[in-house]
Amino acid sequence: MARTISYQQAIGEALDQEMARDETVVIMGEDVAGGAGAPGEDDAWGGVLGVTKGLYGKYGDRVMDTPITESAFIGAAVGAATAGLRPVAELMFIDFMGVCFDQIFNQAAKFRYMFGGKAETPVVIRTMYGAGFRAAAQHSQCLYPVFTHIPGLKVVTPATPYDAKGLLIQSIRDNDPVIFCEHKALYTIEGDVPEEAYAIPFGEANVTREGDDVSIVTLGRMVHVAEEAAVALEKDGVSCEIVDLRTTSPMDEDTIIETVENTGRLVVLDESNPRCSIATDVSALVSQEAFSALKAPIRMVTAPHVPVPFADNLEDLYIPDSGQVQQAVRTVMGKD
Amino acid sequence: MSDSIRALCMPKWGLSMKEGTVAAWLMEEGDEISPGDEVLDVETEKISSAVESPDSGILRRLVAEEGETLSVGAILGVLADADASDADIDAFVEDFQANYVPPADDEEDAGAATETVEVGGRTIRYLKRGEDGVPVVLVHGFGGDLNNWLFNHEALAAKRAVYALDLPGHGASAKDVGEGGVAALAETVAGFMEALNIDKAHLVGHSLGGAIVLKVALNLPGKVASLALIGSAGLGADINDSYLSGFISAERRKDLKPHVEKLFSDPALVTRQLINDLLAFKRIDGVQAALETIQGAFAPGGSQALVMRDEIEKLEIPIMVVWGSGDQIIPASHAEGLPGSVRVEVMAGQGHMVQMEAASEINKLIDDLIG
Repeated sequence: MARTISYQQAIGEALDQEMARDETVVIMGEDVAGGAGAPGEDDAWGGVLGVTKGLYGKYGDRVMDTPITESAFIGAAVGAATAGLRPVAELMFIDFMGVCFDQIFNQAAKFRYMFGGKAETPVVIRTMYGAGFRAAAQHSQCLYPVFTHIPGLKVVTPATPYDAKGLLIQSIRDNDPVIFCEHKALYTIEGDVPEEAYAIPFGEANVTREGDDVSIVTLGRMVHVAEEAAVALEKDGVSCEIVDLRTTSPMDEDTIIETVENTGRLVVLDESNPRCSIATDVSALVSQEAFSALKAPIRMVTAPHVPVPFADNLEDLYIPDSGQVQQAVRTVMGKD
Repeated sequence: MSDSIRALCMPKWGLSMKEGTVAAWLMEEGDEISPGDEVLDVETEKISSAVESPDSGILRRLVAEEGETLSVGAILGVLADADASDADIDAFVEDFQANYVPPADDEEDAGAATETVEVGGRTIRYLKRGEDGVPVVLVHGFGGDLNNWLFNHEALAAKRAVYALDLPGHGASAKDVGEGGVAALAETVAGFMEALNIDKAHLVGHSLGGAIVLKVALNLPGKVASLALIGSAGLGADINDSYLSGFISAERRKDLKPHVEKLFSDPALVTRQLINDLLAFKRIDGVQAALETIQGAFAPGGSQALVMRDEIEKLEIPIMVVWGSGDQIIPASHAEGLPGSVRVEVMAGQGHMVQMEAASEINKLIDDLIG
């Protein structure tokens, strides 16, 4: 039965249920157990934001604290996956992926292809992304486009507690490497989540709002910004359809094209920097496959092409907001 | 102020409904209304339907405007006798609005909370509305749950206790379905009645649920006061096998939607929310296997394994069979050639989910059957 829990609790519950179901599921990362020297198992902290709290007491050595060497433990997780485990590695901030690129891009993403299908790498890398935490340029980026670019990786960006649980369970059961991106600003949001385990298939976008005038294709935290804009625009008589991509690789191209064929207008909303982003990718897809359905040029709403600022007022300006989305929608409606 | 002034309020259809949007008024100010008349159309996230008047009187005031979204229990219109003055009605509306408190978002509606009971080692979820009398038990069909009765449950509960349950493998009940056939599921329904000390009940079944309640009546005739079988299985071998297989195998919205549309005479009733709810159910661990097991036992090789039409004569209770003439899952021809004692109602143009699409007629028929 469904009850209301947070995004953070939904992720913890998915890990717990999969660890109970399958003993090859293990967790590794910085402070995921609670750090050396904790007085007891029950008070182990469970990651910087407590997502894995309680799992060390329940599963013991299957929850491994690692040194602060991302390149080493991501490499270990990838290797363990090829050898029969299903590791879920927690890489604290997506910004730190840089030191693990060879392990992720050249090893995990390539094994199945280069060994002719004989090797599988069922590893999940959970990681926090996104701005809004006053954490400055090295802890605030939206780097999912970087991973979406690489064939052989699957990339997941849940927007709600329901999706977080179902997509993480699917990620763990999937036989390919998955980059599971959790927006820091979403951990506290709450929603209905079934108690039972369930898996949401990859490549199935979610139409979170139906409308006739403009399609807003978006993902992650920006789904909520789009919703806020759509509520405001509805009062002006503009009806928006919102598509939450859920996964950027694979990407649900059919649903994107369908929504544009329905409305004839597209705003793509993406928190990442604008060049080679999900916004440009979706825009290119629609330009190529659904151009004849468009009644107006596509508008992209993204962060600017700058690092995430540390100053509060500048960071607030950096993050796409409801006002920018409303403006873009009015532009494609010819109302500005 | 005249006591004869009554409010027509936003209904609550199903557990999750919090608000509805007034789509269109079907009656005008000054129209004479009888109980059960359809007064206006309301849309929710999940479904659209007509609001029926519980009372008689003259529709004196349309309070809600078309397009307006209002919480459950909000005033929509005012019914009164001809002798009530306009000033009385103004005062009534003002008084209602001043005292109306919309249900809080996070507040559990205590009256509409589901409960669970252990039956044969399985947890079974159910919803009880109403009190007293010989109770009614509502049994949904393949792939459904107790929400399939959202337009029937409350209406039937006005006169008696009404239970709706989730079959094993469905809704929030246990996912273990055992052998999974009609006989095994009938044992669960009989066990459910025993566990809740229901000595005798009127049984209403839809589709697979119809075959189940018929089997309960044949096994335990003393426990069943009447049978209402809606688009029912168990009365012939034919069944739409591509529907069953398609419903089970569809993992995505666009794969599931065409199958679900076969259930309704008006495919527009298949909303995004309805498909999302069905997908959320189908994704839960164990559901796929449960549905496959039921299909294998209930309709192996594409036809129903258990046909009980020749045994109906043995039953000495009121029996009604209701069908939508356009049912695309189980053909309405199964309503033909039944014993003369069986009341048969074939509703022109309706589909398989006739209890949702023609709720008021179905509710009247059931009320009439069970008295």
